[in-house]
Amino acid sequence: MALEKITRVAGRAVNVPGNDIDTDRIIPARFMKCVTFDGLGEFLFYDVRKNADGTDKPHPLNEARFKGATILLSGMNFGCGSSREHAPQALQKYGFRAVVAEGFAEIFLGNSTTLGMPCVTASREDIALISAAVEKDPKAEVVIDLVGKTVSFSGQTVRISLRESARDALVNGRWDPIGELIEGAPRGVEVANNLQYMRA
Amino acid sequence: MPKTLFEKVWDAHAVRTLANGQTQLLIGTHLIHEVTSPQAFGMMRDLGLKVAMPHRTFATVDHIVPTDQVSEPYADPLADAMIKELRRSCQEFGITFFDRSTGKQGIVHIVGPEQGITQPGTTIACGDSHTSTHGAFGAIAFGIGTTQIRDVLATQTMALGRLKVRRIEVNGKLKPGVYAKDVILHIIAALGVNGGTGYAYEYAGEVFDRFSMEERMTVCNMSIEGGARAGYVNPDETTFSYLKGRPYAPKGAAWSEAVERWRAVASDPGCIYDDVVKINAADIAPTVTWGINPGQGVPITGTIPDPQKATSADERSSIEEALAYMKLKPGAPIKGTKIDVAFLGSCTNGRLSDFKEVARFIKGRRVAPGVKAIAVPGSQGVGLICAELGIDKIFRDAGFEWRAAGCSMCLAMNPDKLVGDQLCASSSNRNFKGRQGSPTGRTLLMSPIMVAAAAVTGSVADAREVFGVTAN
Repeated sequence: MALEKITRVAGRAVNVPGNDIDTDRIIPARFMKCVTFDGLGEFLFYDVRKNADGTDKPHPLNEARFKGATILLSGMNFGCGSSREHAPQALQKYGFRAVVAEGFAEIFLGNSTTLGMPCVTASREDIALISAAVEKDPKAEVVIDLVGKTVSFSGQTVRISLRESARDALVNGRWDPIGELIEGAPRGVEVANNLQYMRA
Repeated sequence: MPKTLFEKVWDAHAVRTLANGQTQLLIGTHLIHEVTSPQAFGMMRDLGLKVAMPHRTFATVDHIVPTDQVSEPYADPLADAMIKELRRSCQEFGITFFDRSTGKQGIVHIVGPEQGITQPGTTIACGDSHTSTHGAFGAIAFGIGTTQIRDVLATQTMALGRLKVRRIEVNGKLKPGVYAKDVILHIIAALGVNGGTGYAYEYAGEVFDRFSMEERMTVCNMSIEGGARAGYVNPDETTFSYLKGRPYAPKGAAWSEAVERWRAVASDPGCIYDDVVKINAADIAPTVTWGINPGQGVPITGTIPDPQKATSADERSSIEEALAYMKLKPGAPIKGTKIDVAFLGSCTNGRLSDFKEVARFIKGRRVAPGVKAIAVPGSQGVGLICAELGIDKIFRDAGFEWRAAGCSMCLAMNPDKLVGDQLCASSSNRNFKGRQGSPTGRTLLMSPIMVAAAAVTGSVADAREVFGVTAN
């Protein structure tokens, strides 16, 4: 099962500003009544994008000029709260391929990486620069380079950082660890046999 | 070399280092529920995989079970289908399922400890961020996503980077009327909702030494609200006596051996922490949140923050966003804020001691007119003991609806939801926008006793005044 080596993500970007955007806001709990992840994309950010009658509220994702964006920009502690993988799944199913934020909550970061969706950190100033560039020209191409650890846009380049284990997994095509875990499982059984509580 | 509990447990469960530098970590105990597991079982079937150690996974239903209907089919066909799906998967893969028919069903973080499945020195994973609850026993316990549920089912291991350890010591004595919930709300307000990113929290000090297991669970439960993926308390006599005699606890000679092992797993004197924070118990007040994240809390005697007085642009905009959503007035006292709903329950505060404590004070009192008050035991076990002790009757007599076990209005995936912009005094763990089921619903987090005080007065109140609380 060869996985794609994700060394760069290129596309248009949209800024959804704010700190502490939690996974309940990314995908409200009522949309988790499902046995597959299919179809979650349409409910992304539902309660902040839609009124009770289903009409649009003002929200960056509702703006025609940002349709088709594949890179999400945001603030600090993005993806905090519930461990629901439905959140990164909804982002991915909606069409996002990467998130650039000032910081990420731990579980969200892990879940996203395992789906092959890079979450990279940039400074507030640099995110403001990217945001200003896409505000000026929503069609501007934004390129995340996971090898050189930069984001390039409208003739500018800024530094990004990301956890080395996540970067390694993405660029080397081992972001879904199941193959490696299965390979190591027999050794896991040996470790379990040394632990009294795990014996059958 | 002295080690922390975290290091000892991690090292005992480390299988190997993966190519990207993460650890392949053995998961001793895997807990699953109906909402985050179906896709994982789907992936197992797609890949033709078997569950590696079915005896180390335990299932229950909690997130979407209705609490006002106990017989199937449930009124919500989607909920009904998800519960049947979990039942089918457990049968197919040979997993123990604490279904409603067993009398052992409940919120997964209440069932594990109650059954004695949660034990010191173990690793525990569950597709739910409040898995940190189990750390109260000296386990390393954390929430995982659905793909990782697949990993644990298929291999009993998962890929994870090692966490740093921050010791949070709370010394001295809590004032009367101050509870475990106030301790964790205070810690989160002090260290921030992302202050714990990359850390496991080790809770310690005189307050934790004195705390019961249920109080320790309340604190560990909300570690994730402070950004810490795991939180734990070193096991001691309180831990052992809680576990003794529980269905899955070791028996006979195995019991004394286990206690010896558990004692040895505690952090060694002189071990090195990545960070240490000290908090004076006397500084902690009954705490209430006013905003849209659990770090936005004030003492009950305090006022709602004024964005004009913020010390940074960031703080100002976060207060403004929160107040706009909460429809609260800057500078006004939090006390006296009118409530519509009172919710007592959840994996944070849905345990026997929570209902027992509240029952002491609401006996003979009445829920204020116009307030909807619901009490939801965290498990069938808790509900049963409450019935035996007559606690359910005290709640009913006071005007609470007494429900069947489940997560209920904490995340409102079942019919228990706020309506419109109702304001709820809640013993749960999250006050995010829309968290309690209405996109405009508003949540104030507080201790169970404060929920009860709000329920009987109809507005946010100081339980110490309402009930004349003089000692815990």
